[in-house]
Amino acid sequence: MINKEIVRHVAELARLKLSEEEIEKYSEQFEHILEAFKILDEVDTEDVEPSFHPLEIKNVFREDEVESGLSQEKALLNTKHKEKGYFKGPRIV
Amino acid sequence: MKYKELSVKEFLDEVKEGNIDLEDFISEVIEEIKRINESFNYFVYISEEQAIAQAENIKKRIKKGENGGRLLGLPISVKDCICCEGIPSRAGSKILEGYIPPFDSTAVRKIKEEGGIIIGKTSQDEFGFGSFCTNVGIGFKIPKNPFDPERSTGGSSGGAAGITASLNYPHIALAESTGGSISCPASFCGCVGLTPTYGRVSRYGLIDFANSLDKIGPIGKRVYDCALLLSVIAGEDNMDQTTIKQGEEDYTKYLKEEKDEVKIGIPKEYFGEGVDERISKLILNVVGSVEGMEYEECSLPYTKYGVPTYYLIALSEASTNLAKFCGMRYGLHLPLKGDFNEYFSNVRSEGLGDEAKRRIILGTFARMKGYRDRYYIKAMKIRTMIINDFKKAFKKYDVLITPTMPILPPKFDELSKLELIQMYMLDLCTNPPNVAGIPHISIPCGKIEGLPIGMQIMADHMEERKVLVVARKFEKELNLSG
Repeated sequence: MINKEIVRHVAELARLKLSEEEIEKYSEQFEHILEAFKILDEVDTEDVEPSFHPLEIKNVFREDEVESGLSQEKALLNTKHKEKGYFKGPRIV
Repeated sequence: MKYKELSVKEFLDEVKEGNIDLEDFISEVIEEIKRINESFNYFVYISEEQAIAQAENIKKRIKKGENGGRLLGLPISVKDCICCEGIPSRAGSKILEGYIPPFDSTAVRKIKEEGGIIIGKTSQDEFGFGSFCTNVGIGFKIPKNPFDPERSTGGSSGGAAGITASLNYPHIALAESTGGSISCPASFCGCVGLTPTYGRVSRYGLIDFANSLDKIGPIGKRVYDCALLLSVIAGEDNMDQTTIKQGEEDYTKYLKEEKDEVKIGIPKEYFGEGVDERISKLILNVVGSVEGMEYEECSLPYTKYGVPTYYLIALSEASTNLAKFCGMRYGLHLPLKGDFNEYFSNVRSEGLGDEAKRRIILGTFARMKGYRDRYYIKAMKIRTMIINDFKKAFKKYDVLITPTMPILPPKFDELSKLELIQMYMLDLCTNPPNVAGIPHISIPCGKIEGLPIGMQIMADHMEERKVLVVARKFEKELNLSG
């Protein structure tokens, strides 16, 4: 089942900083939630196909023609971190 | 010309006749929503300038004799998670602070093309993460129920339902449901809320919560209002490959239909444990009181798996969707310090609220290696069984009728005493139709202790027509409005 170690690890994967109190609180809540969700274990799903969408969805293709998209100027409108027409990000290496 | 108390339909006719000064009208509406907002928090942003500019524009058009447009001059509020060009759209979250979309969502574009006037963005649970509009983002205010300010509006489209109920001017709200976010607040605020079939309305420009569950739909005072807005926003869209192939359809024309006999199924699982007996009784009384309605009890045995199935799918999808919020391209920005891991973690931890963090972590966990089959895939399989459950019932019945919410609109202090899982379980009537993507509507069907009660009508995929015909029949018979 879920414990504080798992919560700490998952939070790191999800790029979230949690306080010790949050880790404590979440572990306890998750335990209750997953306990309640155990009810799903009783359903035999052996030969059942998963429904990734509620209705069957088919791939839709369009003609391979050039169309206009969002302009570079508009794409950069909402960022504070830009340089020479590019997004500027934090240090990677 | 007095604008107050006009229905949407009357108003639109008056506009066409040239009897309404739109600038004057919109200014009056804006003043009124500002006044209401001071005590009830239904709007996170009121787009006064844009609304008046739009009204001026339409006024000029009418002068030139161009009075076309199915929503000409009609005030439309938009849930915060649906993008409007030039208007802050934050899905109720601090992490989207300062975000002003450079484009319109398809639904909003269509509304504007028909002459609808966008008056502002309505409050919601952060990203839609809640059923009571109490999980608002950091710095946002909780909306209050129009019938009793100590109670919840329901969520997540709480602002949309609250303003629809409170505003005595013609108006329709554009809302969105992932697991019940249209039905629930419509029920608690005494409005009509229509959740269309998944894929009926384009999701382009919707700040998504869970891609396989999100549906944009209307909340209005009357069934007609919802049918009208659906007629405008529905349709295939090249920008959203999950939209369904469909032609133009005028849903308002079905409201005149007099269906001789409607076959109604009453699924017993929605009237049992966890549902306030007074609500069950009221719904059954209402169904039994209307002539030409043939009803019988039926069973949907997979109902009890609805809530966990919904939450596992919704959380898994949400946790991947919210990965894009990292403070680089839009929304909350911090000074670029530290490496990318530190920067992203800092932005996300500062911008996301408590329930958002919780859902991201739980959703990430449910998709992790070693757990994926047990939780995420299992839920997707049970979704198939829930859909089949419904399909079987709809072979026999035109519609299924249930309560919308199992409790009266709760007081805020009652909610704060509930465990998280107890809160999730209150979605027991609204999660299954949302998981299955079937169309459903909540209409007001009476009051208990002076608080509105919603009745939920569901039909098979693509059968919005049936939902609307039956809803209108009840609306008329119950003489709830017009």
